[in-house]
Amino acid sequence: MIGSPLPRLDGTAKVTGTARYAFEHRVADPAYAYPLQATVARGHITAINTSAAQAVDGVLAVITHENAPHLASTEDAELAVLQSTEIAFRGQVIGAVVADTSETARHAAGLVEVSYDPSPHDAVFTPDRDDLYTPDTVNPSFPTDTSQGDVESALKQSPVVVDHVYTTPMTHNNPLEPHTTVACWHDDQLTLYDSTQGVHSTRQSLAKALGLAPERIRVIAPHVGGGFGSKGQAHAHLVLAAMAAQAMPGRAVKLALTRQQMFSLVGYRTPTVQHVRLGAGPDGRLTAISMDVVEQTSRIKEFAEQTAIPARHMYAAPNRRTTHRLAALDVPVPSWMRAPGECPGMFGPEVAMDELANACGMDPVDLRVLNEPDVDPESGKPFSSRNLVACLREGAARFGWADREHAPRTRREHGWWVGTGVAASTYPVHVKPGSSATVRFQPDGRYRIEIGATDIGTGTWTALTQIAADALSVRVDAIDLRIGDTDLPPATVAGGSSGINSWGSAVVDAARAFRDKFGTGPNPGDEAQGTTPGNSAGERFAMRAFGAQFAEVRVHAATGEIRVPRLLGVFAVGRIINPRTARSQFLGGMTMGMSMALHEQSVLDERFGHVVNHDLAEYHIAANADVAGIEAHWVDETDPHVNPLGTKGIGEIGIVGTAAAIANAAHHATGIRVRDLPLTADKFLADARR
Amino acid sequence: MNPFEYQRAEDVATAVATVSGNENAAFLGGGTNLVDHLKLGVATPNLLVDVSGLPLDRVESLPDGGLRIGAAVRNSDAAADPRIRRDYPMLAEALLSGASAQVRNLATMGGNLLQRTRCVYFQDVTTPCNKRVPGSGCSALRGYHRYHAILGASEHCVAVHPSDLAVALVALDAVVQVSGPDGDRAVPVTDLYRLPGDAPERDTVLERGELITAIDLPVLPMAARSGYRKVRDRASYAFALVSVAAAVDLFDNGTIRDVRIAFGGVAHKPWRAYRAEDALRGRPTTAEAFDDAANAELRDARPLRDNVFKLRMARGALVAALQHLTGADR
Ligand SMILES: Cc1cc2nc3c(=O)[nH]c(=O)nc-3n(C[C@H](O)[C@H](O)[C@H](O)COP(=O)(O)OP(=O)(O)OC[C@H]3O[C@@H](n4cnc5c(N)ncnc54)[C@H](O)[C@@H]3O)c2cc1C
Ligand code: SF4
Repeated sequence: MIGSPLPRLDGTAKVTGTARYAFEHRVADPAYAYPLQATVARGHITAINTSAAQAVDGVLAVITHENAPHLASTEDAELAVLQSTEIAFRGQVIGAVVADTSETARHAAGLVEVSYDPSPHDAVFTPDRDDLYTPDTVNPSFPTDTSQGDVESALKQSPVVVDHVYTTPMTHNNPLEPHTTVACWHDDQLTLYDSTQGVHSTRQSLAKALGLAPERIRVIAPHVGGGFGSKGQAHAHLVLAAMAAQAMPGRAVKLALTRQQMFSLVGYRTPTVQHVRLGAGPDGRLTAISMDVVEQTSRIKEFAEQTAIPARHMYAAPNRRTTHRLAALDVPVPSWMRAPGECPGMFGPEVAMDELANACGMDPVDLRVLNEPDVDPESGKPFSSRNLVACLREGAARFGWADREHAPRTRREHGWWVGTGVAASTYPVHVKPGSSATVRFQPDGRYRIEIGATDIGTGTWTALTQIAADALSVRVDAIDLRIGDTDLPPATVAGGSSGINSWGSAVVDAARAFRDKFGTGPNPGDEAQGTTPGNSAGERFAMRAFGAQFAEVRVHAATGEIRVPRLLGVFAVGRIINPRTARSQFLGGMTMGMSMALHEQSVLDERFGHVVNHDLAEYHIAANADVAGIEAHWVDETDPHVNPLGTKGIGEIGIVGTAAAIANAAHHATGIRVRDLPLTADKFLADARR
Repeated sequence: MNPFEYQRAEDVATAVATVSGNENAAFLGGGTNLVDHLKLGVATPNLLVDVSGLPLDRVESLPDGGLRIGAAVRNSDAAADPRIRRDYPMLAEALLSGASAQVRNLATMGGNLLQRTRCVYFQDVTTPCNKRVPGSGCSALRGYHRYHAILGASEHCVAVHPSDLAVALVALDAVVQVSGPDGDRAVPVTDLYRLPGDAPERDTVLERGELITAIDLPVLPMAARSGYRKVRDRASYAFALVSVAAAVDLFDNGTIRDVRIAFGGVAHKPWRAYRAEDALRGRPTTAEAFDDAANAELRDARPLRDNVFKLRMARGALVAALQHLTGADR
């Protein structure tokens, strides 16, 4: 069961269109809400005239700060919806029109007249601002800065130094399913069908904002069409939907953000500027690693991406330093996007390692192997398991790395420069406390498993069923899993690649408790609970997953077009529950990493303060034709320390390192070192050589 | 988004009369561009006259040997037509390089020609744009203009026309057949589009109510050796940064007898490269000759702050296209 490539249990429902996503839940006679958004980046609303909107046939309510209910908590400024006239970023929610049809709501929204008293805004992100500040911690609670040894003098004394600035742009999560909510107040009870990564965490945030006991809110999310972090926390539209529903007691209100609205309202990845300095001996052995990161946050709510974190754990060097500084701007609120920290933070350092390999005349695989640490460089603890070297070696063998010509810009085929590159991946092992599961034996002879986990397209339905079947020693069809509902036992958010580690451990715990209590011949109605066990191994071990990614890149000599005909990843991620859904996670992550490498860039127009390429025709993500050869593999890894299942989490590591591997391959192809993502064609034309 | 009425056109004459008599009416083809604009508030017609069901849905041979493509022919059907594929491969390639299979299945030939610019500010009613609201200003001039014009622009508008189809058509000297309130006329595609000047709100020379009924392709034997080279940010489903439609006819000695070249992604209209063509006639098919041709055409180019790369890219695309057609890249 565990380890078998069981096809997705929800697959048929999804491909036949019967799996209900939030907006599709059938409710009687729904009303539709359409958000109003600020068109200035800072200032105050001086007047808001809703009469024309209200006069439209079919309009049921127009909600603004003038008539919105008072929230119990405005501590989270992002959720303090319609509580004042103040505008903190362009695109901020300033109201909603509720109507009989979504078209009427959208039409009427265009008739609301808003007058502003605008203030000068500041949306200019540069690393040389004089008002950068040091956050107390970086996401979620890591030290902002670290230092060991003496980096400056080590760099001064190092025979080989790599010292460059690398940048990653602002990017947006863009799950396929937009953020949608169906909200209904009925008899003092609020029910929400929400597109969320965590039903319980969503309920918690909303209960706090609205000042309700959590029991009065039910959140349901059986299927979620991706989130990549953007559905991991409640955003403003959720509060808005609840307010709209409050205005229509007994009637459900549906709210779906448009793609354009998603670019202002549901988080994004901050742009990062990464000053990376590596000092090494002529043999490539690192003496110093330094990484100084500058990134942005919104003025009203801090999110400090932990971009320098992976540099703390990757390679051995006696002298080390990492810092994070933030610019607080009048911009939308940044948040989690697949592998926050690790994803952008493995771009600069892994390209720098390639530059170091070049500077030392070394093979970049050998350079990484040489600098493999014995213990976690940051904490000094041993790793519970660390198989980066195995991933590099296996990847090199599978990719055909040995045949690689050393010098860049040596292979040209039919007008295209061709090259290959490598980079490492890493992601921490997270097990979140706080999930519970129930096992109940049913009259039909099956075991009902209940846990409020969510499946955001990752395969939770399937993997948890396998884990339960394994733990109870029954066939998978003897398991009746229920997830995605706050009426089920509480579960943590699907984030930090922690889902299976945390929920799976709770299911295993419940299954063990059940068997202990009832043995193998239970009676209908017998039930037992379990929780995610605590793990003291974290005090003794550093726990991370690792991987290696190899890329082949072609760059057209005359036009600069860049393509990636081959991508190959090898990962060491503990135990694999389901190879089929696991492969899908790796391939999806790598594809998103390729997308980051080649395409993704939210263009924030500083004059206006919003992202102007805010749709999927202009904000490019990788299309099918961009993905040619792509392979994911994993090495066997048994880690008894991480959790009872031995899993490390696989949802995010696939995106980590891909962009660096591709950038390194592009350099090998062309001899042109691009240090600023994305790697668009123009960057290979700036160089005058042809 | 505004409420609007929807009518299915009965015939060409009524459709023309309806739209020319109502300044808030618009023709609807496949709707792949117009419907987006309705949602975004970029277009606010109160009446849509659907012309996609008119009997303009055939590709027919003309008496002189050319081809007539009905305005309601779907982009995917035109691209699959065996005569187009054989005699005008650049046209089929241009169509197939555009949008996605799903969009091409809906998009009509007439609608493709009259699709509007993808300038992000044009599509965002919260920002100034002279093309959308004359006199409001051009946000792209000093904003996000990576995709914008390097040739023929004005300070009022630096947008480019997004159609790939149109680029092939200007290279082929195609002609659009138009029905209007004052009767029918034929407009060469090279004259159909305007440069922005001080009236960027007007993309073409067509008057209100004029309906494109067909596209005529002249007999052009050299088009059998033609191609469309599109340089874009992703491998499919992206508008051109720069594109080149080209056809070449060689003397027996290998020098160039005649050539047709048009650029996309460089101007407010599909850009017929007459100067490059002149520079190539009689020349050998060498990289140097191709380079000279690019120089001749791009001499007057005025790139913007962030699209200087288009000069080199246009040159590269032209050279790559010509090398491909003449076999010099093998
Ligand atoms: C995501 C995306 C990507 C795209 N990528 C590309 C690309 O790479 N290359 C490319 O070339 N195109 C691309 N397109 C644009 C696509 O080609 C056009 O949307 C399509 O061709 C328009 O045709 P339609 O029939 O749907 O026009 P509609 O949207 O129906 O109409 C467009 C305009 O033409 C007018 N019109 C329609 N028919 C006639 C007629 N017979 N006479 C007079 N006026 C008429 C309408 O009033 C309207 O103003 C893309 C579109 C999308 C959505
Ligand atoms: S380039 Fe043209 S379409 Fe774009 S903002 Fe300027 S005026 Fe508008």
